[in-house]
Amino acid sequence: MSETVAPPPPEASAKPHHTVEFAVVRFAGDSGDGMQLTGQQFAIETAFAGNDLVTLPDFPAEIRAPAGTLYGVSSFQIQFGSGKVWTHGDKVDVLIVMNPAAFKVHLPDLKPSGILIVNTDAFTKSNLAKAGYDASPLVDETLKGSYRVFEVPLSKLTREALAETGLAHRDAERSKNIFALGIVSWLYDRPLAPTRTLLESKFGKKPQILEANLLALDAGHRYAEATELFTEYYRVEPAELEKGTYRSISGNQALAWGLLAAARASGRPMVYGAYPITPASDLLHELANHKNFRVRTFQAEDEISAIGATIGASFGGALGVCGTSGPGLALKGEALGLAVMVELPLVVVNVQRGGPSTGLPTKTEQSDLLQAFYGRNGECPLVILAPRTPSDCFTMAYEAARISIRYMTPVLLLSDGYLATGSEPWKLPDLAALKPVEFNLATDPETFQPYARDAETLARPWAIPGTPGLEHRVGGLEKKHITGNVNYEPDNHDLMTRLREEKVKRVQREIPPIEVVGDQSGQVLVIGWGSTYGAISAAIEESREAGLKVGHVHLRHLNPLPADLLDVIGRFERVLVPEINRGQLVRLLRAEFAIPAVGFNRVRGMPLRLPELVEAIETVARGEPLPTKDTAAEAFAGGQGVRSGDAEGNGGWMRDAFQQLWGLDRSGGNGASEG
Amino acid sequence: MSDAASATTEPLTKADFQSDQDSRWCPGCGDYAILSTVQKVMPDLGVPREEIVFISGIGCSSRFPYYMNTYGFHTIHGRAPTFATGLKLARPELTVFLVTGDGDSLSIGGNHLLHILRRNVDVKILLFNNRIYGLTKGQYSPTSEQGKVTKSSPAGSTDYPINPVLFALGAEATFVARTVDRNVPHMEMVLKRAAKHRGSALVEIYQNCNVFNDGAFKYLTERATKIDTELVVKNGEPLVFGPIDDRKGFVIRGTKTEIVKLGSVPDEDLWVYDETDPVGAGILARFDHPNFPVPIGVFLDIDRPNFSESMVVQEEQSIAKKGPGDIKELFLRGQTWDV
Ligand code: SF4
Repeated sequence: MSETVAPPPPEASAKPHHTVEFAVVRFAGDSGDGMQLTGQQFAIETAFAGNDLVTLPDFPAEIRAPAGTLYGVSSFQIQFGSGKVWTHGDKVDVLIVMNPAAFKVHLPDLKPSGILIVNTDAFTKSNLAKAGYDASPLVDETLKGSYRVFEVPLSKLTREALAETGLAHRDAERSKNIFALGIVSWLYDRPLAPTRTLLESKFGKKPQILEANLLALDAGHRYAEATELFTEYYRVEPAELEKGTYRSISGNQALAWGLLAAARASGRPMVYGAYPITPASDLLHELANHKNFRVRTFQAEDEISAIGATIGASFGGALGVCGTSGPGLALKGEALGLAVMVELPLVVVNVQRGGPSTGLPTKTEQSDLLQAFYGRNGECPLVILAPRTPSDCFTMAYEAARISIRYMTPVLLLSDGYLATGSEPWKLPDLAALKPVEFNLATDPETFQPYARDAETLARPWAIPGTPGLEHRVGGLEKKHITGNVNYEPDNHDLMTRLREEKVKRVQREIPPIEVVGDQSGQVLVIGWGSTYGAISAAIEESREAGLKVGHVHLRHLNPLPADLLDVIGRFERVLVPEINRGQLVRLLRAEFAIPAVGFNRVRGMPLRLPELVEAIETVARGEPLPTKDTAAEAFAGGQGVRSGDAEGNGGWMRDAFQQLWGLDRSGGNGASEG
Repeated sequence: MSDAASATTEPLTKADFQSDQDSRWCPGCGDYAILSTVQKVMPDLGVPREEIVFISGIGCSSRFPYYMNTYGFHTIHGRAPTFATGLKLARPELTVFLVTGDGDSLSIGGNHLLHILRRNVDVKILLFNNRIYGLTKGQYSPTSEQGKVTKSSPAGSTDYPINPVLFALGAEATFVARTVDRNVPHMEMVLKRAAKHRGSALVEIYQNCNVFNDGAFKYLTERATKIDTELVVKNGEPLVFGPIDDRKGFVIRGTKTEIVKLGSVPDEDLWVYDETDPVGAGILARFDHPNFPVPIGVFLDIDRPNFSESMVVQEEQSIAKKGPGDIKELFLRGQTWDV
């Protein structure tokens, strides 16, 4: 927090305040403490206050993990500011902990001298024991020396504030999260009106609960103003944002709306098929609510049925869409192959999560990229797109549907858990400015051939049942070029395989010229994709402030890649590819362009951390290999066959291979060590 | 949602439903008789050709759509019901047939068959049961009898077979029937009944695979034995079988069924079949060779709201309540602010 002391307090508070440019706040408590709602609502207040913001919800996979346990802790973090905010922030300025478990899990992320607001009422003997404490950690004097600790008996204060409502103690205490929201809203001078509105719409039909929450909100706010604990508050001036009407939107919501908008623009009905899976289910929930848009949702008996039904719907002339997460995509592989073969529109959304297998259902990862490319039998190319922020999910979902219909091809859209549940302010788009959704609907029996192709897009015609004279048969067996009849001839198969590939390649024509952010040429080009956008953008800013010449390309089209990507790569000495996987895009880029790109990879189920990323950029800029912390080798110290050396794919053997490949070493080694 | 008006004016004939593709089944395969019968029945449905879709999975039977001059979709193994469900979701007005085999529908696709039936998706399912895997050259199938010796079961299959009719009844299907490839008039009757049903219809068709399982249903198709093994089910009539001089019927005692000579019990004690009674259908479905004659005909035909109809009702209700969706209005729902 960069602070400047400003004297005149606003009407709302009689206390002095500091103005800060950025702030990071984290709410942490038990799964049952309502931390997600509290955090989301604080985010809405913050958006109303005119700040830029990024959020990170983090919750356990268990629906109701046993109360008070370490693994039952749920948290919500937000970074907001008067300048551009790229990430949810690494270290936090204000940490609200509702119980000892949350204290234990989250204290390490609090900045030195940061504000710690503790619900002391939850520090009971049994809760302490569940978190593994013999005695309360709050009595530890070093704690008070390191942080600004505010001990607040939240449960008791909430109970007292709601004494008049006649609610039982237990029920009254449920509003303690809203009381806490009142405190933090005071601390950052947030408007309370949006929260009142939300509470009214949420609890309108339960007047007693509504009253309790409204009372708790005001009581929290008043308490913060009155108590001597808080001697000052913070202001964060509005950010300079583009003019327009805004709302808060999560990635999954944006995806659903983008699909709706595309279906509308195409004039085709939409069929959405899905089997419940975390973290993609919210797409199904959202779309199921919009029957009046003629969206027909289908909760299938399994993942295969979900995609089968959507392909069947596309065959019938609808926009078929299905949503899933990694394990579900694995099950859809065979049907995806059929969609490639029969060349019908289909959008498959994969909200990636930690894998393999069941993995980390509620955590984020980017590890399905290679599955998206290659997870099917045969030569089976399809279009792969990836949104980079929650609101970009709208744009890319629309784009996925548009390309899918225009090119008669399945499109895989790779979102992830971070985008899906994260939210940000979204400037409402001008619907009229969206590209039209074009397609070639066959109607003329005289000229119709099922596999005759459009000269530009190579799309075959969409000939839907109900059209007289166009009766034809499609299927998974190889087709004869043009007629579409079953055909096993060697040269025809070779041709059709190439045509399917070429059609996907033609989608390159849809990709706008690459925008390099930062330096247009120089030392390091950082290439990212998906939800790492914010972290990479922030890291690029820091590296450039430190004097490095660094550019950033964030790919939203992964297959095909933009036509001008190699040109851009050529303007930089080295290429760094940060990903939340073990190096998937970097592999593809090395294979595609034979360049010695360097991967920066972490698979912690969490977004990349800014300082690590900045360090990686600096290291690569110096032409040094990334320092390797080979945790696998460490775990088996004694060298039980785990190859140490460069786990980031920058080891000696590869360096040698690259140097051979490139003939001579450009600009001192393209990411290879000069040691 | 049809994009063009129906162009069909002349009454259609069987030939109108024959595609230009040569069938590639083995000579003598029961599939030929079924194809020919289906093509023959089609004009009687009164549905324009372009409104008809044949969907199949994988297996010998699943080549069927290629030979029908309608819209067709040859999909993937076991999953045909899912495609058919999605198609009906998008286009409730289409007439959709699904052609499948015993392996396709009851082994790899068992789950989907269960769900398309319980959802009562308005699709006519023709299940060609030849009790063998034909296209993969002769392994035992989920309907093969125990002890079946095949390439993959040299010592005899240990798996207990599934009865497709019983399966369909268990899945709460609203129309269930059985017929035989060699009994063309009966097949015609059953197909027409199935086509008329509003909801999912399962028709099991005993089909001879003369290459890998020849004579699997010989007892039911050969003149000499047929008279004692075939039980033709007729709604509202007593269930009777056997030669004219030795007719037999059934008496139900408790949950047991007893075969009785006609005349040996009062006529009113005979089991008179009611095709709207799922419990009776369940009992009848368990009749099998050699202990009982094999029932062919309609086991069950009941009415229940079907999948696409219910979906359309909900959609219209939603539009009536909220108006046709407006994207702009959707964006503004909840909390917005101006910068
Ligand atoms: S293998 Fe059997 S079922 Fe298949 S086509 Fe030949 S005879 Fe017919």
